[in-house]
Amino acid sequence: MAIFSVYVVNKAGGLIYQYDNYVPRAEVEKTFSFPLDLVLKIYDEKLVVSFGQRDGIRVGHAVLSINGVDVNGKYTAEGKEILEYLKDPANYPVSIRFGRPRLTSNEKLMLASMFHSLFAIGSQLSPEVGSSGIEMLETDVFKLHCFQTLTGLFFPLILFDQNLKSALEIAEKAGAFGPGS
Amino acid sequence: MTVHNLYIFDRNGSCLHYSEWNRKKQAGISKEEEFKLMYGMLFSIRSFISKMSPLDMKDGFLAFQTSRYKLHYYETPTGIKLVMNTDLGVPNCRDTLQQIYSTLYVEYIVKNPLCVLGESLQSDLFHSKLDSFIRALPFFSVRAA
Repeated sequence: MAIFSVYVVNKAGGLIYQYDNYVPRAEVEKTFSFPLDLVLKIYDEKLVVSFGQRDGIRVGHAVLSINGVDVNGKYTAEGKEILEYLKDPANYPVSIRFGRPRLTSNEKLMLASMFHSLFAIGSQLSPEVGSSGIEMLETDVFKLHCFQTLTGLFFPLILFDQNLKSALEIAEKAGAFGPGS
Repeated sequence: MTVHNLYIFDRNGSCLHYSEWNRKKQAGISKEEEFKLMYGMLFSIRSFISKMSPLDMKDGFLAFQTSRYKLHYYETPTGIKLVMNTDLGVPNCRDTLQQIYSTLYVEYIVKNPLCVLGESLQSDLFHSKLDSFIRALPFFSVRAA
């Protein structure tokens, strides 16, 4: 049972606080020789594997570092485009690290507002009278619990494994001590 | 414990089938708009969790619940999405949805040469079989109005 991250969203849907308690993400580093047998594409300013899943490198994983140096989106740390760099056989053998991309703070803001709308739609599409919004969302890997206060703040929490309703109550009490939003 | 309603969408977002058993509150918008809203919500939830998820996911979105109902979701590799709203007492019914797909949809629609895939499901046999299947579920009980 672990809390992966906490978000606090205000009544208008804007993210006002975010805390990540990271569990180490699966990352794979491998050395490649020319030609590269993975197909990479640019997605959301990051270089992502689109085809060629093997050895722990899955579709959707992003390039995190090349030869030990962290990349900056689709450019290397020096500013060269990675795709151009990888097309040149003189740069091989090259060691690339792949893993699930980390969320940038802009993406977190967008996702928090997206969740706010989904919460509202969940309440609108309800077949029963007087439903709240989404309180718990379950996937095969994590559970997302959400608690809405009377003032309209909400606390989506992302957890692994078990149900943690008591943590939501604690978070809400902690929120009550801060300045009003 | 009861089933409220069931939606079946195809991969393009058109609603192939909708039936309800115990729905207390209508959405206040026309049926077509409701289908589009439901599909849009599911599409957004799927993209939301694929970004948020800390680890690689296999099955993806399974279900969500609110204070009054629970929405169960199952998607086949061909893009057919089955969505069922039930009340809160119902445990995970992903395998029920999988059974609906394999024993009802595949049998009576896919294997039917007169049913055009991609259009709204016209088969009466499918409707009646689906209805009796849902009523036979252990967690379905018609509540007194």
